[in-house]
Amino acid sequence: MRNMYGRSLFGRSWLIAVFIFLYIPIVTLVVYSFNDSRLSTVWTGFTFKWYVDASHDRELIDGLIISLKLAFMSASLSVIFGTFTAFVLVRYGRFKGRGLLASMANAPLVMPDVIVGISLLLMLVALQKWLGFPERGIGTILLGHALIGTSFATVVIISRLREIDLRLEEAAMDLGCKPFQVFWLVTLPLIASALVSAFLLTFTLSFDDVVIAAFLSGPGSTTLPLVIFSRARLGLDPSINAVATVIIVVVSIGVIASSLYQLRAERRRQREVADAYAQGKS
Amino acid sequence: MRKQSIMPRLRRMFTVHNLVIGIPMIWLFALTAAPLLLVLNISLAHMDITSVSSLWHWADNELTLKFNFGNYLYLGEDSLYFDTYVSSLKFAALTTLYCLIVGYPFAYFISRAPAHLRTMLLMLVMLPFWTSFLLRIYAWKALLADNGVVNNGLMGLGVIASPIHMMHTSFSLTIGMVYAYLPFMVLPLYATLVKLDGRMLEAAADLGASPFKTFWLVTVPLTKRGIIAGSLLVFIPAFGEYVIPELLGGPRTLMIARVLWDEFFSNNDWPMASAVTIVMILLILVPMALFNRYNDETRLGEKS
Repeated sequence: MRNMYGRSLFGRSWLIAVFIFLYIPIVTLVVYSFNDSRLSTVWTGFTFKWYVDASHDRELIDGLIISLKLAFMSASLSVIFGTFTAFVLVRYGRFKGRGLLASMANAPLVMPDVIVGISLLLMLVALQKWLGFPERGIGTILLGHALIGTSFATVVIISRLREIDLRLEEAAMDLGCKPFQVFWLVTLPLIASALVSAFLLTFTLSFDDVVIAAFLSGPGSTTLPLVIFSRARLGLDPSINAVATVIIVVVSIGVIASSLYQLRAERRRQREVADAYAQGKS
Repeated sequence: MRKQSIMPRLRRMFTVHNLVIGIPMIWLFALTAAPLLLVLNISLAHMDITSVSSLWHWADNELTLKFNFGNYLYLGEDSLYFDTYVSSLKFAALTTLYCLIVGYPFAYFISRAPAHLRTMLLMLVMLPFWTSFLLRIYAWKALLADNGVVNNGLMGLGVIASPIHMMHTSFSLTIGMVYAYLPFMVLPLYATLVKLDGRMLEAAADLGASPFKTFWLVTVPLTKRGIIAGSLLVFIPAFGEYVIPELLGGPRTLMIARVLWDEFFSNNDWPMASAVTIVMILLILVPMALFNRYNDETRLGEKS
């Protein structure tokens, strides 16, 4: 009875139809990256030439390098500030300004990118007039990306912090650890898997962003999405399909590998905890 | 009250505890609240030749504050802005509705699938979400063009005789929006649906409720939290979406983010752009407050 709906013909066809809807654009991108015709719409024959083209395209390659650097830095900052924010919100109980901190951490999750972009840009322009810096470039895009990243990292880390057994931290405290030691030796290893997920998530968010980068970029900081966006506005370009295919393959391998790894790490951790309890009892 | 000397008070202020709270507080304040306050400030100024006018003026021991409400009044007078706000709200609402119609059964069937399949299905939902949003939207251009995949396919099958014009219409825009935001609807829905106690549904059935009645009176109320969280997660960003209307929408599709973009980059009128931004924020303030309350995963504001 309980599973009747899920196993009905209607249920299955609904699932399949929606998955087709979700995957058709991705399949199209990949298929047309091997299409001989410049028009990405009619199939004329198999070719690798768009991959060769893309690999010689300085604009695309430079954009890729900038985007990778930016995403790495943004993810690092996001995880650091996300850990602070999550830790304070979960472990510090009630304090003055808690509500403010929570809503400031929550707001960028849903705030439209144009608003984030425009407000940061206006602030940076005002700062520049006042102090003479910062010049617009990778650093200013980094601020915008790290802000969004901090919010997402906070969500991921909070849900992990809530899961872990408080008694482990209390035990360390009872055994004479200082608060910082408790955090460094007990809490941090326990939330390590969440930190990795948060890093990957915020890396992709930065690697993906067009709008914030468009507002905050300066000369010499044209990210890959900005290059792709300006070309996509003009029409279809098969080199983009080639780049897309490479990204899709790398990301899919990454996502599958990391979820397998996390599944295994989680199982190992549970086993270790169970062993420790068993030893303690005997 | 006796005045305390400053040193102990300072020492009490700079404890490790406060420092740890201070770091995220300052970081987030500097990047969220401070810029928004500045936008509010600029929206009340006017554009001098090259820069934004200052709101306050100090001369002859007199402080003059000058607020220019002209930008806001202009927003009300010019029907372009009003129409654009309305049309953005409409597209966001439609996107949310379609995502709910497609996503609810989808999340439901995933949550009822056998446990070993569930993880895999969820990963399949997440996977497109991890691959570039921009590229996936770009892909729809090739799908929906007049000589695109969909038209060629339908013509090949003999369903239609000549291509249907789909690209750069409100149809292509809606498809793109639903496509991009569907995972945001599915994930919170799934999170509540998977916790749904199957015995409740059985009890309702045993007591003679029809499947439809059971769904409407038991399943839907029990998953209210997911419905609200998912809808807000779709509605708010969809309202301010820029990339999808720019790539898939028609030249005259009115979306507020595009108007804002033009006001900023083409007209260079920062006070006007700031006023447009402030009104945008006001319009999503209520949904955002609701989101703060309802989102299960991000319930930062209350203790667990």
